[in-house]
Amino acid sequence: MNKGLKTNRRDFLKIAATAGGGLLIGFNWSSCDSPKMKVVSEEEIMNSALGFNSYLSISPTDHVVIFSPNPELGQNIKTSFPMIVAEELDVDWSKVRVKQAFLDTEKYDRQVTGGSGAMPHSWERLRKAGATARQMLLQAAAKRLGVSVSDLRTEKGQVIHGSEKLSYGDLANEAALVPVPEEVTLKNTKDFKIIGTPIKNVDNRAMFTGQPLYGLDFYREGMVHAMIQRPPFGMKLKSVDSAAAKAVKGVKDVVTFKDNVAIIGESTWPLMKAKKQLKIQYEPIDGQLESSEFHNRIFDEMLDTGKGDVKREDGNVNTAFRSAAKVIKSEYQCPFLSHSPMEPMNFFAHVKADGVELIGPTQTPDRARNAAAEICGFSPDKVTVEMTRLGGGFGRRLRADFVEEAVELSKMLKAPVKLTWSREDDLTGGAYRPAVKYRFEAALDSNNELIGYKLRGVGINAGNCTRENNFPSGSVDNLLIESLEYKSPITTNAWRAPITNFLAFAEQSFLDEVAEAAGKDPVALRLELLDRAKKNPVGVIHYDIDRMRTVVETAAEKSGWGKKPGVSQGFSVYFSHRSYVAQVAEARMVDGKPKLDKIYAVTDCGIVVNPTGADQQVRGGMVDGMGHAMFTNMTFTDGIADQKNFDTYRLIKMNEIPEIETHFIDNGIDPTGLGEPALPPTGGAIANAIFRASGKRVRNQPFMEQEEMKNVNLGDPA
Amino acid sequence: MANYKLQINGTNYEVDVDEDTPLLWVLRDNLGLVGTKYSCGVAQCGACTVHVNGEAVRSCVLPISAVKEDKITTIEGLSEKGDHPVQQAWEEVDVAQCGYCQAGQIMTAAALLKKNPNPSDEEIINGMNANICRCGTYHRIKEAVKLASAKTN
Repeated sequence: MNKGLKTNRRDFLKIAATAGGGLLIGFNWSSCDSPKMKVVSEEEIMNSALGFNSYLSISPTDHVVIFSPNPELGQNIKTSFPMIVAEELDVDWSKVRVKQAFLDTEKYDRQVTGGSGAMPHSWERLRKAGATARQMLLQAAAKRLGVSVSDLRTEKGQVIHGSEKLSYGDLANEAALVPVPEEVTLKNTKDFKIIGTPIKNVDNRAMFTGQPLYGLDFYREGMVHAMIQRPPFGMKLKSVDSAAAKAVKGVKDVVTFKDNVAIIGESTWPLMKAKKQLKIQYEPIDGQLESSEFHNRIFDEMLDTGKGDVKREDGNVNTAFRSAAKVIKSEYQCPFLSHSPMEPMNFFAHVKADGVELIGPTQTPDRARNAAAEICGFSPDKVTVEMTRLGGGFGRRLRADFVEEAVELSKMLKAPVKLTWSREDDLTGGAYRPAVKYRFEAALDSNNELIGYKLRGVGINAGNCTRENNFPSGSVDNLLIESLEYKSPITTNAWRAPITNFLAFAEQSFLDEVAEAAGKDPVALRLELLDRAKKNPVGVIHYDIDRMRTVVETAAEKSGWGKKPGVSQGFSVYFSHRSYVAQVAEARMVDGKPKLDKIYAVTDCGIVVNPTGADQQVRGGMVDGMGHAMFTNMTFTDGIADQKNFDTYRLIKMNEIPEIETHFIDNGIDPTGLGEPALPPTGGAIANAIFRASGKRVRNQPFMEQEEMKNVNLGDPA
Repeated sequence: MANYKLQINGTNYEVDVDEDTPLLWVLRDNLGLVGTKYSCGVAQCGACTVHVNGEAVRSCVLPISAVKEDKITTIEGLSEKGDHPVQQAWEEVDVAQCGYCQAGQIMTAAALLKKNPNPSDEEIINGMNANICRCGTYHRIKEAVKLASAKTN
């Protein structure tokens, strides 16, 4: 039992005082003659709900309105967060209505979608929000009935005293006036009724009937549309001839700002046409324009001779490698990638005399607000941000570049502006997953024990391209991890599971190479290393050894590791974003070619809040990891991406996915996020299975464009 | 600019747009039917799929001048109450993640099942394969098409 958790009194009081506003004093649906016959409209529920705290309001209609503060981009937070509040409130889920809260830094902390961090950050505060309101309802009921709170219990939106039942809606007016308790008791996790049950996405109906939900669906009378032609990376605007573009019907104006050429019009299509009519001359800012061949050369030069930033050093690798009986050395490389969410970047901005109104899809509404405030010279409190549902994000919408553009244009044009990026703008517009190359070396002694491990990585605008405290760090006596960075005008940004989206593949493939060289089973090698880390930990260890061991063993068990004749299995395990995921991929040789049949995933994210959502996140992360590992390439010529739309930028399709079987470890630990952790291990599991099936080790992404994979047809359906 | 008479979801509309304007942008910008989505604009992803006389068509590359008397159905008009078997199946299977591509997926599936009410796994994959889902909901899309097929039969 979690007893005596402090609530944040200041927050709760403030919200209780400002919401509801006494609008409906004396108005009580549940006292109507036939309350069950009354059809309550959604509008009535929203308008009559009384605020209890930042997260929930209760309507006299017995409905509960729960506010979800974090941007929803498909990670299903808009369903899973309210489930947690509803659980502690002890309410019937069918009576819950979920609303997307807009940016409000007074009411909420961390209104960010990124790093799979929302769940661990908010778990306890969401529970307390529900538990606090429940406590207030109990106190109101105790007062009305003249009994003690301890004589009462709650169930499905009712306070119960013997045979007497008072609904939350009936109590809402009185309960909203109860002083907010400073201490609340949270449920025992074994008493959960909503958490742990599959609750369907709250936006399903709106999504499946085509209702306006996304930023691109937002229209306002009087707004103008805008599209922008941005310069290639490393170039600036020299001159623009916009006569032909301006002549396109429906185009109102062509303006320039910060090396951008913006077309303004009444609707979207004329802008797309006019963009092709722009005659723009650019000139290099300095130096040469970058192409992929140049990046390949830079990678090799820097790995050979560059001074690395030492991220971690345990023991003495030089001594270990000198004494080694066997040294294994491999290089792994990945290209830039676009996030390419299905909904392209867009935003609505209206700069007015006294503030800015922002509406659209962003993972970081606070960043959007601050950027707008700075451009306009307002204090941030003069800027409002409404978050629409995001048609995907994958990290791209952590940036505010598209918000800044919309604000700049609205300020310049003195009009409300809706900025839309085309798909070509999205793929050529930057903020990519950085291209990275790794060089791994491992030293084995004469007993095939791993005595030395080196990782040296170079990334383009990647910051630290290693994660130095991840496994196998902690299990190897002599270890050196170095990172190098090449600074390029090509912009990069966090891309779903930043760095680890490729690093995990490289590490887990290289460990497979080490196992092969040592003549050890890949699962046995990992367990051996975990044992070593447990018994004789070397340096800092950031992962929980027992939790990692459990997912390794469970994945081996669920997949029948090593017990399937004719099936080639590949293993991978990774800890990222506080969760643990082990995967086993299975391939078979069909007509002399390896074919992927199935991937098993065993995940430890602590308590699984919503099983249907969790399965989706793991599955989606794996399909994402698989697609980008196998198929997607992005190359550059003179500062411009060569792949400009989905005809050449190759995303995974339905016929290319193997069967996926997901399992979760039920350990009752507080939940961690799932938007990212299932992606990193997938590439490694697949590559290791391909190796077992075909003897071909693929080290560069995308797999299907590598020499080793020529004439391979992994994606064909059975 | 020219005047076009359109039949969309059983309603008659008149719009004044350039002849090369894709149906997608007429729906979204002129008629406020925003359920049909823009994603690639070059018929490579399927997010903009509508029905033209019952056939699944990419509205992002269909010029308005080519529509003529054809009957258009968009996601908003697939069913009156949002209860087309495909929509029901999508809800039951809880298909969506970000959801942006799903209107196009649903329209493609509905047209597929109209032609072939009982598709095999391979026919489902062939019928749905040109629709991209960046979130990777393909397993559930397959499952939902099968469920919708069972509901229809």
